[in-house]
This record gives sequence, C-alpha cells and structure tokens, in this order.
Amino acid sequence: MSINDWIDLLLAIVGGAVRVGTPYLFVSLGECLTEKSGRINLGLEGVLVFSAMAGFGGAYLSGSPWLGVLLAGCSGAALALLHGLLCSLQRVSDIATGIALMLLGAGLAFYLGKPLIQPQAPQIPSIELGAWSTSPSVQSALSINALFPIGVLLAVLLAWGLRNTRWGLTVRMVGDSSDAARALGTSVNGVRIAATTAGGFIAGLGGASLSLYYPGSWNEGLSSGQGLIAVALVIFARWSPLRCLGAALLFGGAGAIGPALQSVGVSGGYYLFNAVPYALTLAILIATCSPKRSLKGAPMELGLSR
Amino acid sequence: MITPRRWHAAAEALLLPAGALAAALLAFGLFIWFGGGSPSEAWTLLFMGAFGDAFSWQNTLQRAAPLMLTALAVALPARAGLTVIGGEGALVLGALGCAGLPYLFPGLAGAGGSLLILLAGAGVGGAWVAIAGLLRQKRGVNETISSLLLGYIAIALFKHFVEGPMRDPASLNKPSTRPLEDSLRIGAIAPDSLLGDVHWGLVIGLLLCLAAGLWLSFTASGFALRVVGGNARAARLVGLPTDRLIVLACTLGGAAAGLAGAVEVAAVHTSANASLIAGLGYTGILVSFVARHNPWAIPPAAILFGGFAAAGSLLQRRMGQPDASVLVLQGFAFVFILAAEALRGRLFQLEVPRMVRLRVVPARRRVAT
Repeated sequence: MSINDWIDLLLAIVGGAVRVGTPYLFVSLGECLTEKSGRINLGLEGVLVFSAMAGFGGAYLSGSPWLGVLLAGCSGAALALLHGLLCSLQRVSDIATGIALMLLGAGLAFYLGKPLIQPQAPQIPSIELGAWSTSPSVQSALSINALFPIGVLLAVLLAWGLRNTRWGLTVRMVGDSSDAARALGTSVNGVRIAATTAGGFIAGLGGASLSLYYPGSWNEGLSSGQGLIAVALVIFARWSPLRCLGAALLFGGAGAIGPALQSVGVSGGYYLFNAVPYALTLAILIATCSPKRSLKGAPMELGLSR
Repeated sequence: MITPRRWHAAAEALLLPAGALAAALLAFGLFIWFGGGSPSEAWTLLFMGAFGDAFSWQNTLQRAAPLMLTALAVALPARAGLTVIGGEGALVLGALGCAGLPYLFPGLAGAGGSLLILLAGAGVGGAWVAIAGLLRQKRGVNETISSLLLGYIAIALFKHFVEGPMRDPASLNKPSTRPLEDSLRIGAIAPDSLLGDVHWGLVIGLLLCLAAGLWLSFTASGFALRVVGGNARAARLVGLPTDRLIVLACTLGGAAAGLAGAVEVAAVHTSANASLIAGLGYTGILVSFVARHNPWAIPPAAILFGGFAAAGSLLQRRMGQPDASVLVLQGFAFVFILAAEALRGRLFQLEVPRMVRLRVVPARRRVAT
C-alpha cells in the first residue's frame, strides 16, 4: 500500500468512528441512565433492533425521517418500560429479563419488519463538515450523521443533569442506596421504571441511526451485538455520560476497521476484523474489572459490579 | 406444616410454567389477531405442526435434540449461580471442531472416528465457555456479558474458517467445510419405523440430561455445585473449591453446547456451514429457564419448543406468517415465564434441609407487612 492508501484508510476509520459510533453513543447513554438508577438493561440489544425497524417503518410510511426517529425512540421506550415493569416484580432478575427482551425485541422486529426489507426509506440528512476540502475521501469522512450532534448534546445534558439537578440526584440516590431513597419517601421502583424507560427512548434513537443513516436500510442482520457492546462500554466509561462519548467513538473506530480495509481493497480476514469490537470490549472488561474491589464510579445497587 | 408446603411447591413447579406458556400462547393469538389472522387457526396449526402426526413428531424430536444440549449449557452454570448464555458460540465452535478434526487426521473412520469428532466438538465448546467462568472468577468480569461477547467472536471465527481456510472448493453457493465421510456420520435410530429420520442425537441429549440431573442430585460434587450456586460465600467458608466448581460447570455446559453443534454436523448437515447459526443456542436459554434449570425438566421443555419451531414452517405456508412468528412466540413465553416467577412461593432455593430456615423468614415477614 502506498502513503495515499494509508491516508485514505485512516480517514475512512476516522469517518467511520462517527458513523459506526453514533448508535453506540445513544445506546450507551441510555444504558448509563438506566444503570445510574441501579438496574442493568441487557435488553437494549433487543430495543436497538426493534427501534431500528420501527424507525425505518415510520420514516417509510410517513415520508419524514424525523418522524421515524421519534417513532424509534417511542418504541424503544415502550420495550424498556416492559423491562422496568417486569423487574419491579418480586424475585425477577434484571439480567434474565434483559435476555428475554433481547429475544422478544428481535422476534417482534423480524416479524413486523418483514415487509420493510425491500423498500427504501427517506434517510436522516448528513451534515457536510468537509465541504472545504477538494478530496472526496476527506469529504466522505467528514460527512456526519445529523443525529450525532444531538447525541453529543444529550451526553453533555445528561452529565450536567445527573450532577446538578434534583432529578439527577434522585436517580443517583436510588442507584446508590435504595434504603436511603425509601427512607426519604422516594418510590424506588417508580424512579427505576422512569429511568429505564427514558434510557430505552435514548437507545431507540441509536436504532434510528442504524436503519436511517448507516447502514441505512432494514434487514435482520442490522444489529449484531451493538446494544450489548454498549452495555460493556458503560462499564469502560465508568458510568460517566461524557466518557461514554469518547468510548463510543473508540468503538466506532474499531468497528470501522473492517469496512475501511475492504474499501481500500483488503478483503482477507473480513470476519475477523468485524470481530474486533467484541474482542476489544472483552479485553477492556478484563483490564478494568477486578474481583477484589467493586468498580470505581459504579452505582452501589448495581448487580453488575459485584 | 412442612408436608403441605412441599406439595404446594410441587404444584407450583408444574402450574406456573404451564400458566405462563398458556398466557404466552394467548398473547401470541392476540398478536396474530391484530395482524388480521385467525388466532384459532394459528393455535391449531401450532399443535398440528408440532405433534399432529408421525411426520411432525419426527420433525419436533429432531429439533428438540440440540435444544436439550444447548439448554444444559445454560442450566449447569445456572445451578452454580451464573447466568451464562454463550451456548450459540459454543455450538458453532463445536460444529467447527467436529468438521475440522478430519482435516487434521484424514484417516478417521467408523464408530471410533464418530466418537472422536463428537468429543472434539464437545472439547472446543467446553474450553470456549470455560473462558467465561475463568474470567468471572479470576477477574470479576460479568459472565453474562463476556459469554455473549465470546459468542459473537465465536461466530466470526466460524465464518472466517468456513469461508476461508477450511472452505471446500466444491461448495460454490453455500460456503461449507468438506463433508464428513459416510462412515463418520450419525444415522437414524430406527429408519424404517415410526421414528423415521430421528437420529441418535436425541438419545445423546436425553442421556446427558438424565446424567446431569443425577450428578446434581446424587453426587457430592453436584451437591457442592448447588451450594456454590445458592450462596457462594457460604460455600467458600465451608471450604468448597468454588472457583474450580464454577469453571467445571461452565466447561460441562459449554461441552454440551459444543456437542450439540457436533451432532448437528454429524447427523444433519454433514459439514459446517452457515445453516448452523440458527439461534439454537438462544432457544436453549429459554428452554432452560422454562425448565427452571432442572436437567430432568429440560427434555419436555425442549420437545415443546422444538415443536413450536417445527410448526413455524406450517404457519408460514398455511397462514403466510413470517418465519419470525416463532421468535415472537418464544419472546412472549420468556417474558411470561419470568413474570410467573414473581408468583412463586420462593424461587431458586436449593432443596437443602439446612436452607429451610432461611426460606421461612421472608415468608413470615411478608405476612406481617
């Protein structure tokens, strides 16, 4: 490969980091909010698939991508609400419910999305930050999903809200000590259901980004574990929305290696390069977890960090 | 007071899953109805496609065989207190190990060769899931997440090898490994009887479920495993080798799922290809939860869900339902099975006499409040 090939490859990975990372960003923000309240929602994988289908369907039927985005968020919230309600029952484990939601979300999405595999839906517009350059590879690398700035804004808002508002304090209190929350007369289950539902809405926006921007169509292989990676990514980001942003970009970059290599003509080991995000997630989990202490920054009520 | 309590528990153990499945079928009927279909027709087809005649029974039993093994992959770690759901990954790697062994030893043949390729599949699957157990014990990595990630990595490895280094050049449209020699394949149990194509995988599944139940109920190590699952701290305090038991449970579970993949290759597909990635590992999770991680309850649950899977194609043909309708039914069943646990007197309690006292306290507190 020549120097130009390397530059193209690098640009493709940088551009891919934003393109592939946007769903990670939304799902990890949603999961971050959910986990701050003391519950794990492994079912965000199912939420992601289902909302990607709903968003695509909404955009296709209404003709407006933004209505599709809204529908994706709402359908994600609906599935997450189911998770919140189920987990509020006695002796129902949030991990098991998450697995159930993964199956249910995928099943519903594949069933209802059958007629959506062929058609084209209007796509979310992109913001061309690379218009100043004459190089097509720079232009395509800097052509950014319009949802991405919304996600950045949301990360900042969430970080500020969790730290500085009464509402954020309540969520953190429920997540750190349900006893204290109960003593103050706060409904622990109520707050958790609300946080899970809001988290589902945010994750649903990530689903819309999958089906309405990149890859930009609906098919049954659309999400393969992105929702799950996002759950691990929250651990990596130490439950901080701002660090979720950095982690999402890192994982987006890792996920973009395979397609980027293919675009410059390297096709050997395609599947292995696609597995890089999973291996990276696992490596990061191994490096950051420890059996001795619970993780720094982890909500105390969270079963994940035991 | 103890006797009626036990009777209640036994009745609950049967009624709760049955009620949950009935609710799931009802919800599925409503779902079909919203889509403009006839619920009663859907229910009839589900039953006919699963258990209606000898042919559907054969189809059902064939699909149930791998489910028993992938359910064991969830149930054994679950009895040690872990939620491991890497069955799908262990299954595909087991299939790869089974199809790959003849590449290394081209001389394999006969019944001994069949045994070796099955063991290779089980070994690969076991080693793979053991990683999740090791990571959890040594590094504190959540085993549910790590096992799922390992599953995705396993599927990527599988596709890489099947479409790359191990691809049979003769497989043009559907990349596959070289087909197994005839003498290595596993045949039908009784090809000329009512059982038809049902292969020895069913017997393997039944025997392993039986053996797993015997191990958990009647051996010292099985008992130790259940103690670890009930209370890992207490187990460590009484000096049980917790780490080793947990890794053992993961290894055995993974081996069961790997064996499922190997049997699928040796008895059904004859080579490793993408048809193996059919969600058998995920359905196994559901089967194990329905059986409440009790190996002896796994075969009936596996037959039920194998039956629903078999009926899926009938729903597709006769009612024009998408093939995902079975997934929807499975999703509903999972949700209702979990919700039903809230109704249970006390869940996941070991049947250990010493635990009875622990069981009484919360019950009394609930009466008081």
